[in-house]
Amino acid sequence: MTFMTKFLSATTALALTAGVAFAGGHASSPAIIYDLGGKFDKSFNESAFNGAQRWAEENEAEFAEFEITSDAQREQAIRRFAEDGNSPIVMAGFSWATALEAAAPDYPDTDFVVIDVSWIDMPNVRAIGFKEQEGSFLVGMMAANASETGIISFIGGMDIPLIRRFACGYAQGAIAANPDATVIANMTGTTPAAWNDPVKGSELTLSQISQGSDVVFAAAGGTGIGVLQTAADEGILSIGVDANQNYLHPGQVLTSMLKRVDNVVYDSFSNDGIFESGIFVLGVESGAVGYSLDEFNAELVSNELKATVDAASAAMVAGTLMVHDYMSDETCPALEF
Amino acid sequence: MDKMPKWADVALVPVVSLILAALISAIVFVAVGQNPWEALKLMTYGAVGTSDFLGYTLFYATNFIFTGLAVAVAFHASLFNIGGEGQVLLGGLGAAIVVLFVPWPHWTLALIAGATAAAAFGALWVAIPAYLQARRGSHIVITTIMFNFMASGVLIYMLSGPLKPGGNMQIATEIFPEASHLPSLNDIAELFGSDLFGRSPVNISSLIALIACVGVWILIWHTRLGYQIRALGRSESAARYAGISAVNITMIALLISGGLAGMMAVNNTMGINTPQLVDNAAGGAGFIGIAVALMGRNHPVGIVIAALLFGALYQGGAELSAATSIPVQIVVVIQALVIMFTGALNEMVRSPIEKLFIRFGRNRVAGE
Repeated sequence: MTFMTKFLSATTALALTAGVAFAGGHASSPAIIYDLGGKFDKSFNESAFNGAQRWAEENEAEFAEFEITSDAQREQAIRRFAEDGNSPIVMAGFSWATALEAAAPDYPDTDFVVIDVSWIDMPNVRAIGFKEQEGSFLVGMMAANASETGIISFIGGMDIPLIRRFACGYAQGAIAANPDATVIANMTGTTPAAWNDPVKGSELTLSQISQGSDVVFAAAGGTGIGVLQTAADEGILSIGVDANQNYLHPGQVLTSMLKRVDNVVYDSFSNDGIFESGIFVLGVESGAVGYSLDEFNAELVSNELKATVDAASAAMVAGTLMVHDYMSDETCPALEF
Repeated sequence: MDKMPKWADVALVPVVSLILAALISAIVFVAVGQNPWEALKLMTYGAVGTSDFLGYTLFYATNFIFTGLAVAVAFHASLFNIGGEGQVLLGGLGAAIVVLFVPWPHWTLALIAGATAAAAFGALWVAIPAYLQARRGSHIVITTIMFNFMASGVLIYMLSGPLKPGGNMQIATEIFPEASHLPSLNDIAELFGSDLFGRSPVNISSLIALIACVGVWILIWHTRLGYQIRALGRSESAARYAGISAVNITMIALLISGGLAGMMAVNNTMGINTPQLVDNAAGGAGFIGIAVALMGRNHPVGIVIAALLFGALYQGGAELSAATSIPVQIVVVIQALVIMFTGALNEMVRSPIEKLFIRFGRNRVAGE
């Protein structure tokens, strides 16, 4: 009997160590958990992955990562990495909020970073939101300036307040640059599938072109690929989102509204040990949102336009230009939804 | 011997199918540069290795028991209800509505009301396809599949409209009131000083799933209705000749099926750690239920075993992709292989084994 017990515990121990060795992850290494939609969505999640990858290459270190396949796995994934000793644990996307609020108090020594959430205030959580309305305002100004018809358009992914915030900032910027500008806004859908529907994005673009639009801004994840492609095919200008997408169609993408999710992940991984909890909403002042200028769109952006936009950006930093945030009261002064 | 023994049909065929699936999976692991033996060990550890993992395995298995039973009941009437996914979503909607809008004083009442509403919504959702099948002959496979898409649309509409809490971006209802939270199995284990299921959401509805298994067993094999369902399933013309109304039995079998699928919502909306109804709450369980029912030979005992296996695969697979660099897509491939071999390719394994048994049986008869 004792022999049997010993034998069993020995094999269990062996199996466990084998499992750990196989796992290969290092305790206290950082972890990142992507949202539904997956690591390679050419947009939000991929941007987060790029930040983590950049950190790993520069520091020759490893990080743990996980792609959930259903909502049931959210809390489980957080707890799993926390119990494995990973810290900080970075979560990409607002859908993590509920699960994080439930799990975070159980792991006071673990640092959590959640992106696109600006309402969780816990001692071990760093909640990071973006002032997407500011970056969108800037590209809206550029769109209204570049438009010859005076009609510009917006294509959102899933119809959620966050995307309406993009649209509202865009419309405000357009009207600031040209008070007579017309802004057409469409959403791709009301389900998460709307983030990855380039065909529908393309159809919406064609429809907006038929209404006279000659600059289209896509804030729609993978759907935006179809928007940018159709805009290029039809000879109108487009505006990319999140990452710099100017290179996709050189000379035909006016600019990209940058939202540096990658920098947030990179900084979170780098600042291990000097973790600062709280709610942080990042705007143009920190470079977390803005517009992109590179060799692919240099010809499209005149020095005069650049000066106008940079002046607006400086005014936002100085606090003299306030861009209305749709999510503050769920209304938009410049656009009807 | 002109057919193979029963034990071979219920045990040997699934085991051989599993071994085949495991062999192909091993090739997949080798192809992506991983050691299949280590992967198997890690998956096993991920499924039952800690109390949390064990609890999650049982949590997923509970989902699969409900949807497996749903498919099985319809299957006994020779009807292929592949709308489990949609019925689960509607069941969740029913449970969410009664739990959110009625202030239940105690979880037992909330459980009864929630389960009833979930079953009723699930059954109602299949009622239209059932009627179309029974009266108009529209094929149930086509209509239930279409109803899955509509269910998803209805849910999204409700979650982004009438049931939407203000200022929330996630497509989900509010968290249900505290009094309606179901006790987890770990809460019960703690009464005995044990931490058997950790912080996993496995909850009291697992017991309801087992009760449902007994109920289905009694229904199918020990009631007149069950006999009528099976008779209709074996031969519709014979059943009609015996005075069984094909229309009524088709309707009843599908309503029971839809109700069982709807009741899964008790587990995955009311039973989770933060009880709320989220978009895409079914998470594919409606489809996995088909594989569970096929592998379990449409018998409650078989369904429980198959559900445990798929629960372990789901949970162990998640752990595998979290702990290694194996991408989650490979885990999905492994799960798909098991579904394919145990479900879709059942005959491929079954008929050679049956032939072997028949030949072996004849030889023995000849030898004697």
